[in-house]
Amino acid sequence: MAKKERPIKGAPTAKDYRSVNPDWCPGCGDFGVLAALQTAYAELGRGSHDHLTVSGIGCSSNLPGFVRTYGMHTLHGRSLAVATGAKMANHELNVVVTGGDGDGYGIGGNHFIHTMRKNVDLLYIVMNNETYGLTVGQASPTTVVGETSKSTPFGNIETPLNPVAMAIVAGATYVARAYSSERKQLTELMINGMHHKGFAFIDVISPCITWKGDEIFDYWKERVNFLENHDTSDKAAALEQAVKTGHDTQLGLFYHDTSSQSLDQMEPVLEAGPMAHQSLGITPEQGSAIIKRMM
Amino acid sequence: MAKYDFVVAVGGAPGQGIETLGKSLGQICARYGLYVYTYSAYQSLIRGGHTFLTIRISSEPVANHGDEIDLIIALDKNSIEKHLPNVRPGGAFIYNSDDVKQAPERDDIQLCPIPYKKFSSGIEDRKLQRTCLNTCLLSVALNLVGADLNLLKDIIIGALLKRKGQEVVDANFSVADAGFDHAAENFTKFDTAFEKQEPALAFVDGNSAMAMGGAAAGVKFYAAYPMSPSTGVLHWMAANARNLNIMVRQCEDEISVINMVIGAAHAGCRAMCATSGGGFALMSEAIGSAAMMEIPIVVINVQRGGPSTGLPTKTEQGDLWQLLGASQGDFPKIIVAPTSIMDGFDTIPELFNLVDKYQCPGMVLSDLTLSMGFATFDPDTINWQPEIDRGEMITELGPMEEEYLRYQITDSGISPRAIPGVPGHVHVVATDDHDEDGGLISDEYTNPHKRRDIMEKRQRKMEGIVKHLPPPTFEGPEDADVTLIGWGSTHGVISEAVQMLNDDGIVTNHIHFKWLYPIDEDVVNEVLANSGRSIIVECNYTGQFARFLRGETGFNADGHIRKYDGEPFMPHHIADGARELLIGKTELYVPYQEIVV
Ligand SMILES: Cc1ncc(C[n+]2csc(CCOP(=O)(O)OP(=O)(O)O)c2C)c(N)n1
Ligand code: SF4
Ligand SMILES: [Mg+2]
Repeated sequence: MAKKERPIKGAPTAKDYRSVNPDWCPGCGDFGVLAALQTAYAELGRGSHDHLTVSGIGCSSNLPGFVRTYGMHTLHGRSLAVATGAKMANHELNVVVTGGDGDGYGIGGNHFIHTMRKNVDLLYIVMNNETYGLTVGQASPTTVVGETSKSTPFGNIETPLNPVAMAIVAGATYVARAYSSERKQLTELMINGMHHKGFAFIDVISPCITWKGDEIFDYWKERVNFLENHDTSDKAAALEQAVKTGHDTQLGLFYHDTSSQSLDQMEPVLEAGPMAHQSLGITPEQGSAIIKRMM
Repeated sequence: MAKYDFVVAVGGAPGQGIETLGKSLGQICARYGLYVYTYSAYQSLIRGGHTFLTIRISSEPVANHGDEIDLIIALDKNSIEKHLPNVRPGGAFIYNSDDVKQAPERDDIQLCPIPYKKFSSGIEDRKLQRTCLNTCLLSVALNLVGADLNLLKDIIIGALLKRKGQEVVDANFSVADAGFDHAAENFTKFDTAFEKQEPALAFVDGNSAMAMGGAAAGVKFYAAYPMSPSTGVLHWMAANARNLNIMVRQCEDEISVINMVIGAAHAGCRAMCATSGGGFALMSEAIGSAAMMEIPIVVINVQRGGPSTGLPTKTEQGDLWQLLGASQGDFPKIIVAPTSIMDGFDTIPELFNLVDKYQCPGMVLSDLTLSMGFATFDPDTINWQPEIDRGEMITELGPMEEEYLRYQITDSGISPRAIPGVPGHVHVVATDDHDEDGGLISDEYTNPHKRRDIMEKRQRKMEGIVKHLPPPTFEGPEDADVTLIGWGSTHGVISEAVQMLNDDGIVTNHIHFKWLYPIDEDVVNEVLANSGRSIIVECNYTGQFARFLRGETGFNADGHIRKYDGEPFMPHHIADGARELLIGKTELYVPYQEIVV
């Protein structure tokens, strides 16, 4: 049950953004993502009612229920579309979208591409565990070749998606990869992603301890390292880093475009303020002008 | 003045400017104060197909395209061959004589060959020469019906001077004069001519009317993915977005469309979208999610022939069960089928007030006939400022005595709805079932008592909704031999069939349904009790409405008239059917479509 909203006194802290206790399996990577997000919200310094956290369906998508902001727990794969509608209806809200790899890269793949192309001003955090956690561990669009799962008992034969490369190509203007256990970097990326005006995307490696086994954290610990000496304004260089495959997985900000305008900035009808606050209906004068064109 | 009732039809290839011709003629009629109804039979081809536009003109309001054609304008050779037989005896047939080596033959009509090449020889630009053909042949028609050519010239100036320049206007004027004068010298005018009457009218299509209704209702967010025959709503919204301050988004698919609409509605906008059957199918899951999250939205489904991508440019009333069954589970919803083009305008604000009050999805069931047809209306009768009632919506922080519960259990089932951004009301809405405060009940190992409470709360809203919905309309004498029962767009054509039957001595009345769901069984049965031999008229194969009505009320009709060939009913289709059913020839009458495009 969501707890009653407490007025925040003084500077907000991560604690002010806590809600009910998550029902994730103990040890799930998503705990780290939630903690980072609560800190990031607090750091932003706005009221809890100024944020809208939107998700789809999956273990990871349960997150809005665990954070004390306005929340929408929408259909599987549809969070980005719903969030775009909410953002364009009230662009003064800080809209953060959270979800899983199945939700975002699988069933929601079409929305993923087009929300990036449109550069909608959202922060999108994907808790990528390379599996369908909630439906008890089938292969997902990011499951590696050869891996066995309930739906690939003889090993996965399909090539996994490269979300970071895809985001750079599709038009996201802030693209990063993080790891749920690297909390400090993750929090920073989230804060900067919220400040970024445009589509900010963070693919977070967030291991599923239940379907990947206890060794999963050791596996990632050995592979991740930090992206260094990289010019984040250079799109080609970002893509080059992103398509590097092999044993190492780089964490950090790959690409940051600070000049492109976001969809709400481009939209002239927002000059009169958020749509949700504008007066409704049409004036008799506007009506007469419409009629004149029909006579 | 005796009633004026005249039908003009235009045949040609897409790209020949038939729509422009139709619009110009419609506008001319509207300026005369004459009522117009148009129906365009067309094909899903941008070039190379065939279009046949029927324009019925009357001194009295008219709501269908009639039975007979008085005058045909053939813009190409194909139309000459195809449509020569479609003119009524005594009518006229205008064609470009350059199209044929041998003149078409029919001695019971007036043939009006126009030597267009000769008339347009002064136009040097070949392309311009071709595009002026419709102006020339329309001018011939205007002469035959005794209309003022200057009105056409006015419209040409308005449409072309700024966009295309003086040269194009001059070219159109030259062939217009040539055609008009040629007709004056060589052809005989129709007996009755256009006569001005008050007031001057405006001319609008059904999709635009619904879009205008949305604007008047306060729609601030409109999203769409193009799909015939619903795209006109998008085009109107896009064209008017800037001057009316409406956010218009074209999305990657219909799933995105409806989910964006849900997001915008949750954030506080009145939000709407329109599509056709296939797009609506993609929206289904989200319809249920709007009901579950209790977010008010309006979705328009403009039906075309199904199943599947079906008949993109043809009409049908085949999606009723899709709307009734859209999305899994039980939830409150409203389904309404506008009964005329301007009823489409009024329906949208009416529906928005209901969905805002009851926080549920509202669905509008239009069809190609209604949406792509044009009709005239008296501009003074339009209500640009309908009542806007947003229901129990919390948009700012007021005094709060107790904890805010988004899904508070109430007697009415309505729980006040706080909009994101309002302090003190932070909550989560979810598509999984939830408790009063939004907490998921599925994650509490599905608490059966909470589930029952929240299900009953939501469904209680239906008891409120049904009280607001007007009963079906009843027109005609109480004691009738025959009762025609229809729903949605067929109101106008059934009315005229009723008139024909009564003129024929068969006492007939008409019951018509606009608000389809929910239905108040007692109220509806009371209206149905007035029926004589009952005949349900609908545009589909299986009698979707007949089955629905039987299921809701136990009412079993005596006979059925159904059409599913893609073309809309003409009045005589229904009148003939009623006669056959009356003599007991059959229980199901399927009219034969005479005009084939
Ligand atoms: C339309 C639809 N299809 C399937 C499901 C079942 N389903 C629920 S969650 C899920 C996968 C979740 O995977 P992911 O998004 O990676 O989240 P995770 O549980 O791994 O965090 C699926 C297939 C659903 N809810 N809706
Ligand atoms: S199943 Fe995996 S992803 Fe889901 S909560 Fe458990 S550990 Fe996390
Ligand atoms: Mg996953």
